[in-house]
Amino acid sequence: MTEQTFPLHGSPEAEALTRRLQKSRWRHPFEVLIVWALWSCGIVSLLTTVLIVFTLFEETVNFFRTVPVTEFLFTTNWQPLFEPEQFGIWELVAGTMNVLFWSLLFALPLGLAAAVYLSEYAHPNVRRVLKPVLESLAGVPTVVYAFFALTFITEDFLRPLLGADRVPIFNAFSASLVMAVMILPTIASVSEDAMASVPRDLREAAYGLGSTRLEVAFKVVFPAALSGIIAAVLLAVARVIGETMIVAIAAGSTPNLTLLPLESVQTMTGYMLQVGLGDVARGTIQYTSLFAVATALFIFTFITNVAATIIVNRFREAYD
Amino acid sequence: MALQPAPPEISLHATGSVARRQAMSRGSRYGLLGATLVGVFVLLFLAIDVTRLGSSRLNMDFFTSYPSRRAVDAGLRSSILGSAWVMAMTVMLAIPLAIGTAVLLEEFAPKGRVTAIIRLNIANLAGVPSIIYGILGLTIFVRGLEIGGIQVIPKLGGSILTGSLTLALMILPMTVIASVEAIRQVPPSLRDGSLALGATRWQTVWYHVLPGAIPGIMTGTILAIARAAGETAALIMIGAFAFIAFDNRSVNDSFTTLPIQIYNWTTLPQEAFRKNAAAGIIVLMVGVIGMNLSAVLIRERFRRK
Repeated sequence: MTEQTFPLHGSPEAEALTRRLQKSRWRHPFEVLIVWALWSCGIVSLLTTVLIVFTLFEETVNFFRTVPVTEFLFTTNWQPLFEPEQFGIWELVAGTMNVLFWSLLFALPLGLAAAVYLSEYAHPNVRRVLKPVLESLAGVPTVVYAFFALTFITEDFLRPLLGADRVPIFNAFSASLVMAVMILPTIASVSEDAMASVPRDLREAAYGLGSTRLEVAFKVVFPAALSGIIAAVLLAVARVIGETMIVAIAAGSTPNLTLLPLESVQTMTGYMLQVGLGDVARGTIQYTSLFAVATALFIFTFITNVAATIIVNRFREAYD
Repeated sequence: MALQPAPPEISLHATGSVARRQAMSRGSRYGLLGATLVGVFVLLFLAIDVTRLGSSRLNMDFFTSYPSRRAVDAGLRSSILGSAWVMAMTVMLAIPLAIGTAVLLEEFAPKGRVTAIIRLNIANLAGVPSIIYGILGLTIFVRGLEIGGIQVIPKLGGSILTGSLTLALMILPMTVIASVEAIRQVPPSLRDGSLALGATRWQTVWYHVLPGAIPGIMTGTILAIARAAGETAALIMIGAFAFIAFDNRSVNDSFTTLPIQIYNWTTLPQEAFRKNAAAGIIVLMVGVIGMNLSAVLIRERFRRK
């Protein structure tokens, strides 16, 4: 083999050409401008996070100048609007958990069943129609769900069924039921993606050993996709915790330390909207309490989202 | 040992526990289909219920009247106008930002720590509840942002501009994620070909990558706009819960939107306002479902190519 040599290699002309090519980006000032413009776009999202954290933190610190941290974290009464003012976050957290628990109770089985059906049973054509229809449930504005919860679930369904005296007009259960419908597509669609990416070999092996479709779905595919499914559920949890209109309209505005469904409760988001609706003056304790609750909400959703991201990333590596 | 003669009747049907397992598996198909359809039925039910309640209010006057204390006189004029203003502004603010960020992440930024941080940050922002964006809007846009005595962002009050800026920040993460996915779908060979012919990186992006990514970007963007169109909580936080009886003429006007008007009517005790709320929901849902449907159609149409 003869080594190929370039006649110009090492010559001054070649050196000059290399230098010119290296400098060529400066011959396109427009390119440089574009890159700067793109970076400033990218910075906006970083700034958003910084500003969210900064604004929440600033007023939360102001809140804790008046209300001791210990009262906020270790007492249970939330009574911010009239004397004696009390700021124990747990009644609001309980409201959120109440709605979260009852909505997951319905959404989990239904969502996972839908995911299994779409991934393991449905004909591709059926899936192509059914999946977008199911996903459109996530696109319904939440104020519409809220209307549905209040007028339909509570008044036309729960009250006739259980008795009007036992079902208050604002109750956690109606909010939970429509919230379950709202998060169905999140659970179903993301879990279905996880199940669809389980390698075909696993299914074929199980069928080869004589498993039925049901057994393949629940004993092979489901466990293999479990981390993706958990991530889907966590995303749904974050949506329930952060959802505002449904709970504000249908669940009431009574802070209540209970997980019973047929009670009027107030969630963290419900309280925030209540303050937002009134004209609360800046600097009052009610105004700063809004930020303290918002910080708590932000921390809850942040942890849930980070957990989901970590699990999804780990899951992706499994089959690569 | 001699071969046994075949038994007189051979059945391919399983018996005993195998038959039971197969029967369960066959039955499970219908159970699972039923569970899948629950959501669809709820959607249908919702549509029927709302139509039954609200369709009687849907006439021309309903669209051309301002809100009113009397349910039969109240209409959607100011809320539809407000929604249109806010949506148009949100689109204009969010889409260049989102596409710019996506192009930066996929085509220009070196793959390193900064890019990884921006990506992670966007993923996390996508999960931040809308009401938190409302609080952000309240703090930095309504009241203005002052750092060290310098007014960085002026006081914008509860104006259309504030609402649009807030919603633009809210839908930015979703739109960026969709745009990144769409840009990734464009085959690398297209870029290589363009670069090999002497195009600059920006020319490559502008003439080859973005045209290929447009359907995906549009799908994601339309879904994000649909979400913004239905957003209520964030706008209530910035003070858009107002009684508006005039036509919006500038971005500095206070405003109300369709979902906020629906919320308002829903919370009023009189039964007559429920009908208005239902009629408002019909209008909102037609718009939102229309947007969702067009997003799905664009996706399906370009997927087959």
